[in-house]
Amino acid sequence: MKKFPLGSWLIIFVGFTYFFLPLIGTLDFSLRILKDQITLDAYANVINAPRFQNTFTYSFTMALWTIAACTLLVAPTAYWVHLKLPHLRPIIEFITLLTFVVPAILLVFGLIRIYSRPPLSLMESEIGSDFLLVMGYVSLTLPFMYRAVDNGLRAIDVRTLTEAAQSLGAGWRTILFSVIFPNLRAALLSGAFLTFATVIGEFTIATFLARPAFGPYMANLGQTRPYESTALTMISLALTWISIGMIQLLGRGAQGQIAGTR
Amino acid sequence: MFDGVSLEWLPQSTAIEFFGIKFSLPFTIDFKSNSIISAYTLSLQLSVTTALIGGIFGFLLAYAAILGGLPRSVRTALLTFSGVASNFAGVPLAFAFIATLGRLGFVTVLIKNVTEQLTGTPFDLYQTGFSVFGYVSLTLTYVYFQFPLMVLIIAPALDGLKKEWREASENLGASGWQYWRLVAFPVLLPSILGTMILLFSNAFGAVATAYALTGGNFALVTILIFRQIRGEVLQNPGLGYAVAVGMIFIMAGSLAIYYWLQRKSERWLKQ
Repeated sequence: MKKFPLGSWLIIFVGFTYFFLPLIGTLDFSLRILKDQITLDAYANVINAPRFQNTFTYSFTMALWTIAACTLLVAPTAYWVHLKLPHLRPIIEFITLLTFVVPAILLVFGLIRIYSRPPLSLMESEIGSDFLLVMGYVSLTLPFMYRAVDNGLRAIDVRTLTEAAQSLGAGWRTILFSVIFPNLRAALLSGAFLTFATVIGEFTIATFLARPAFGPYMANLGQTRPYESTALTMISLALTWISIGMIQLLGRGAQGQIAGTR
Repeated sequence: MFDGVSLEWLPQSTAIEFFGIKFSLPFTIDFKSNSIISAYTLSLQLSVTTALIGGIFGFLLAYAAILGGLPRSVRTALLTFSGVASNFAGVPLAFAFIATLGRLGFVTVLIKNVTEQLTGTPFDLYQTGFSVFGYVSLTLTYVYFQFPLMVLIIAPALDGLKKEWREASENLGASGWQYWRLVAFPVLLPSILGTMILLFSNAFGAVATAYALTGGNFALVTILIFRQIRGEVLQNPGLGYAVAVGMIFIMAGSLAIYYWLQRKSERWLKQ
C-alpha cells in the first residue's frame, strides 16, 4: 500500500485555486450588473453592441487571413526543409525563436517606422494597414505554427510518401496538396487553432496600426464599462478554452499549446 | 538593479569608427535619465521575480502531477488548464484580476466577509496599501501566465526521466533523495534554467497585460515604448529607438543563454 501523496495533492490544490479564483471572480462580477440580482444583462449588452459585432468580425476575418498566410508559408517550407534541406534546420529553428527576441511592441515600433512614410507608406490605406496587421500576426504566430507542422512531419514518413507519389507520376502540387497536407491535417488544424487563440484578442499591434480590432475594443471598454468588460473576458476565455480543447482533441500534447501574446 | 552601477565611463557622445566610416548617434544618450533607468530596473525586477516564482511553482505542479503518485486525470486536467491559462493573457487577464482583486473584487470582498465572520473585524486588503494597480498585483497577474508555461515545457522533460536511471541508482544503494540530488536534478537542471529564461523574456516583452491592468501608468520598459510611440513621453524620438534596441539586446542575450542550455539538456533528454 502506497502512502497517500499529501504533498502532491496540496500543491495541485494551490495551483488549481490560483487558476480558478480569478475566473470565478470574473464570472461573479460579470453577473452583477444589476444590484442584488444575478443576470446575464452584461452579456446581452455586449453581444448586442454593434461595436462588439464589428470588431469581433474584423478580428475573426484577420485571424482567418493570418491562418491562411501562415499555413501557406510554413507548411511547404517545413516540408522542403524536412525532405531536402535538413542541414538548414538549426537556422529555421533560430528564426522560429526570434519572436521571443522581438516581442509585439518592438515589432510594431519597427513596422510603423518603415511603413508610415514613403516609399512604402502602406499605412496610408485601409487595405495596406490590414495587410501589415496580418503580416505582423504571421511573424508572431510563425514559431507556433512551425512547431506544430514540424511535429506532424516527424510523425509521418515524408520521404517514402513523396517517393511513392513521384513513382506514380505525381507533380509537386499533387504531392503537397493531395499527399502531404492531408497527412498533416491534425497538425495544421492545431496550428490554426493556436493562431486563432493568439490573434483574436491581440492588442498591441492592432492598437498602433489603428485597426478596429477586438483587442483594442476590449481595452477601451474596460475603462468605461466594468461589467460589460468582464462579460467580454468570459467570452474570450471561452474562445481560448475551445481552441485549446480542440488542440487537445487533435492530440498534439503539451508542447503544442504554447503560444500567445502577453 | 542598476542603481549601484556607475555609468560614468560611457562617452557622452557615442561615435564609433567602423572600416573608416564614422557612425555616430544623432543625439547623446543620457543613461542617467531617471525614467529610463527606473523603467529598466522595474522591468528586470518584475521579469526575474515572476520567472522565479512561476518557474518554481510550475515545476512543483508538474512534478506533483506527473511523478507525485496522483491519478492520471490530474495530469490531464493540469495540462489543459495550463494550455488555457498560458494563452489567456493580455487584456482579458488584466480584467479578470481587476474583478478578483479590485476594491470590490471577489477575493477582496471574500477576505473581508470571512475575517468579519471569524474575528468580528473585517480585514480590508486595501488598508494594507495593496492595490490591484500596484506591483504585487502585477506580479500575481504575470505569474498567472508564467507558471502554466513552465508546466507545459517541463512536463515532457519530466516524462523523459528514464525509469532505468532510478532502478540503477537504487541497485547501487542510493536513497530517494540521493537519486534526486545526484541523478534526476542535474539532468533536469538545464531544462529548468532554460525554461526560466524563457519565462523571463516572456515577462520582459509583455505589454498588453500591464497596460490594461494599470492603464499605462506603470513604468515598465514596454510601457515606456508604448507611450513613446503614442508620442506621450521622451520628447526625443531617437531615445525611443535606443530604449527599444536596448530591449532587443537583453532579449537576444537571454535567448543565447537559452539556446546554450537547450543544447546541454538535449544530452540526456530528447524533447
